[in-house]
Amino acid sequence: MSKSVGKSIPRVDAFEKATGRAKYVDDLCGRDALIIKVCRSTIAHGYVKSIDTKEAEAICGVVKVLTCFDVPDIPFPTAGHPWSTDPSHQDIADRKLLNQHVRYYGDDVAVVIAENEIAAVQGVRALKVEYEELPFVLDVQEAMKPDAPLIHDERGDSNIVAHTSINNGNYEEARKEPGLIKVEGWYDTPTVQHCHIENHGCYAYEEAGRVVVVSSTQIPHIVRRCTAQALGRPWGDVRIIKPYVGGGFGNKQDALYEPLCAWCSTKVGGRLVHYECTREETFVCNRVRHAIRTHIISYVRPNGELVARKFEAFSNQGAYASHGHGIVAKGMGAFPQLYPCPNVECDAYTVYTNRPVAGAMRAYGIPQAMFAGESHIDDICKAIGMEPLEYRRKYLMPVGYVDNFSKNEMYYDSFNQCLDKGMKAIDYERKLKEYQNQTGPIRRGVGVAVFWYNSGVWPISLESSSCRMVLNQDGSLQFQLGETEIGQGGDTAFSQMVADAVGVPVEDVHVVSTQDTDVCPFGTGAYASRQSYIASFSIKQTGQALKERILEIAHEQTRMPVSSLDLVDGKIIRTTDGRVLKTLGELATESLYSLEHSQHITAEKTTQIKSNAYTFGCTFAEVEVDIPMCKVKLLNMVNVHDCGTLINPALAEAQVHGGMSMAIGYGLSEELKFDEKTGRPLNNNLLDYKLSTMMDHPHLKSAFVENPEPTSPYGVKGLGEPPAASGAPAIRNAIFQATGVAIDRCPMTPHVLYKEFKAAGLIED
Amino acid sequence: MYDMKALYEATSVDDAVALRIAHPEAQIIAGGSDVLVQMREGRRAGAELISIQKLDELRGVKMEEDGTIRIGSLTSFSHITKDPIIQKHLLVLGEAVDQVGGPQIRNIGTIGGNTCNGVTSADSASTLFALDAIIELTGPNGVRRLPIQEFYIKAGKVDIREGEIQTGILIPKESYENCCGHYVKYAMRNAMDIATLGTSVNVRLSVDKKTVERARVAFGVAGPIPMRAATAENLAAGKPISMELAEAFGKAVREDINPRDSWRAAKDFRLHIAVESAKRAFIESVKLAGGDL
Repeated sequence: MSKSVGKSIPRVDAFEKATGRAKYVDDLCGRDALIIKVCRSTIAHGYVKSIDTKEAEAICGVVKVLTCFDVPDIPFPTAGHPWSTDPSHQDIADRKLLNQHVRYYGDDVAVVIAENEIAAVQGVRALKVEYEELPFVLDVQEAMKPDAPLIHDERGDSNIVAHTSINNGNYEEARKEPGLIKVEGWYDTPTVQHCHIENHGCYAYEEAGRVVVVSSTQIPHIVRRCTAQALGRPWGDVRIIKPYVGGGFGNKQDALYEPLCAWCSTKVGGRLVHYECTREETFVCNRVRHAIRTHIISYVRPNGELVARKFEAFSNQGAYASHGHGIVAKGMGAFPQLYPCPNVECDAYTVYTNRPVAGAMRAYGIPQAMFAGESHIDDICKAIGMEPLEYRRKYLMPVGYVDNFSKNEMYYDSFNQCLDKGMKAIDYERKLKEYQNQTGPIRRGVGVAVFWYNSGVWPISLESSSCRMVLNQDGSLQFQLGETEIGQGGDTAFSQMVADAVGVPVEDVHVVSTQDTDVCPFGTGAYASRQSYIASFSIKQTGQALKERILEIAHEQTRMPVSSLDLVDGKIIRTTDGRVLKTLGELATESLYSLEHSQHITAEKTTQIKSNAYTFGCTFAEVEVDIPMCKVKLLNMVNVHDCGTLINPALAEAQVHGGMSMAIGYGLSEELKFDEKTGRPLNNNLLDYKLSTMMDHPHLKSAFVENPEPTSPYGVKGLGEPPAASGAPAIRNAIFQATGVAIDRCPMTPHVLYKEFKAAGLIED
Repeated sequence: MYDMKALYEATSVDDAVALRIAHPEAQIIAGGSDVLVQMREGRRAGAELISIQKLDELRGVKMEEDGTIRIGSLTSFSHITKDPIIQKHLLVLGEAVDQVGGPQIRNIGTIGGNTCNGVTSADSASTLFALDAIIELTGPNGVRRLPIQEFYIKAGKVDIREGEIQTGILIPKESYENCCGHYVKYAMRNAMDIATLGTSVNVRLSVDKKTVERARVAFGVAGPIPMRAATAENLAAGKPISMELAEAFGKAVREDINPRDSWRAAKDFRLHIAVESAKRAFIESVKLAGGDL
């Protein structure tokens, strides 16, 4: 039994963060920094013809104005993917530091660098930008039409970024079987934003001929590469430092303004320059979640058996490729796996539009796919008269299922175990019965949805992790990983695994939280629910290597054979009789200061991971629908996860609560809206964008099924993103049970419910 | 950092009036929860400000000799909600302003600022309309009082003249005595939100609690400024209480209100919610007043 893994120890950064002592980018930046403000396009599509900078340059405090006519002619990619040495797998390079061809309302056109924020803002306001306007397109399917405005003319004659397919069996033949019931639906999901507390910001300066950027990012090593690519400089010329980060949820899994900030510094003689996004800019000029429209047709036998299925998904990429097709492709990948069916035809399209750029966001295409897929399952249940939970137990991915591509395997009966726990927690059966055939203005319902997810990106992309451990004189140690703490608690979970791997108390383990690409071992960062799974390998290997080193030195110092020695809880033990020979501190001090044989005790390992792990779970939701008021009150919500062995149960629960909260907003209230006439964002602020508040949350319940993941040394698998995956369709299905009205779009706001209830005859005017 | 040209801090109401005359272009700032937001957005960039924040004489709730309740214009929302006079006589107003923003905003936001802002969505405004509140302004020529209906001129514009500041809001005894009211804030979330529609109803029942003597209803966001719905009020006056009356009362508001289509909400949706909200607020008010429904 481990003394550290599996325990709800307090976060290693709890004290610093709760007392406000933890330093973030803005706290660290020197007060003498020049301030950068970005001038943004006020049209959705067109060309900058000219920028008159005279008035801005005359403002007291303005140091420099740089425009889209000044930037290097280097298109660069921004996606936070590991680089591929195969050009055909490299991310699309389709934007410049500032753009003459502007492709969304808010695109980066020019910057003003000034001695203070007010002068910078005044400078931006004083710029006179002349545009040549072009027609624009906001809707994904409109953008696919041959006569749609072409957004990236340099990339061919279509707005389609990518189109991929899956074809299993023969859909067209199979659907001809007599007696099949056809169920068809179109499901729409919105553009939403991550809304992490800390807006993205970064500062940059030159030092010894290199450029240093301190940034609020999830992926320092990837940002280093993207920044160097954007500047056209060798990758080693760029150094990225990542301090504490106040949340990212995927938005900071992209090179955001690090390249522009670095370039600005080089244009003012290497002086310290600071750029911080406002909340309004964060909403529109960073990344958003892809709005995806999904079309599903299922042909089922009267018992619900799936005979033939068609899936089409249209993913709204916005103005630049960023993560591009990866998102909708992931959602499509889940479709044939979650409810296996012999005949499946799937098509996924990613399409440029004149909306803000869509990138990574917590659960990467799966909340969209689960909203469509799990809503559709309840539509099937309605069509054949089957209870939704029973349908899922019967037709979900069975135990022993193996995906041929990822080699992921369903080792346990995870779905049934999760569903069992969830239904008990919410008292599903009783409520389902009680809420049948209600009349009256206020009705209640219960609903369920499941999710499918992975742990990491293998085999689509590289998975590797590097770890370094350095022992101190007193037997405590520092460790470094490329995996980043962004608020989720990674540092704490890693510390617990390190303590276990080496054999020291967790109090003696000090995480080096900051990643500095000059110092920290290579690692790709926080995304894909990968870090606990991926880091578990390098931590285990590095821990073992350090322990071996320590035991060799213990042999030197004690003359006992290594085979009779062990390191337990920070003490060198003779295993034959359990005697404590010395403490690790005594060993380390003696080793370091030995006049005979002085040694600095360290270990460093890189592990490439060529496995992946399914992670599963479900959400149960109970709602009360006030039909005349068109309002949904969420009464109860339960998430159950099989994410393998829990490293820290309290942190796991917190992770789940955060994801459930995101799912509530996704399902009921959040949507970034645009003016159809101009493409202007309408609600890019925290008043008009309806992020749900504490007052909109029920008590959130979470539960876990701990089936140890066989491929991980700690039995752990992904939990970072999955909590956000299945909440929205569970709420949708609960509303469906309560009212009989199937809402096929989220968020299910009062505006949407008003129209739907009116169409269904539930309200009249 | 705020792009402000100057800040003048008034030391008394007279001083504030003098500053207003000396700096006619300057913007009055009280709690700052609207003005500073607007400055940050660039709408009032470079403005001069006259702060009345330190005028404690404008804070607090008092009962005057004739039974009029005086609310100083600088009284914060959270103060109003907790004030014993409000809790005893004007519970509906205390509940309405308790739905503004979040706790921090309610601690700095003032009822004077809320009304001087001139926006239709202000949570205090519909209830003040339903209470026939009197706005008190102090200027170079002394005190001027006018009904709140006349204070609001058009969206974003209220009747504050040269040299004036708003010093108080008065609720006549006639408006609250033997009355009970209820406010329905309809918004997209349960906190930190702007009203999609605000509905404030108050009723006075007969001694036997069987008949509506007087009903008043006012809306926010049902038009460019807060407004009363006279048709519904007239319909209910003198009628025996019943669920049918509540239904009819709700439906009648459609005769008077005129919400608009905007990206925030469609007109037909706002109309639908207004009918339902008026009905529910009426029912709740009648129940609070001791009526049996």
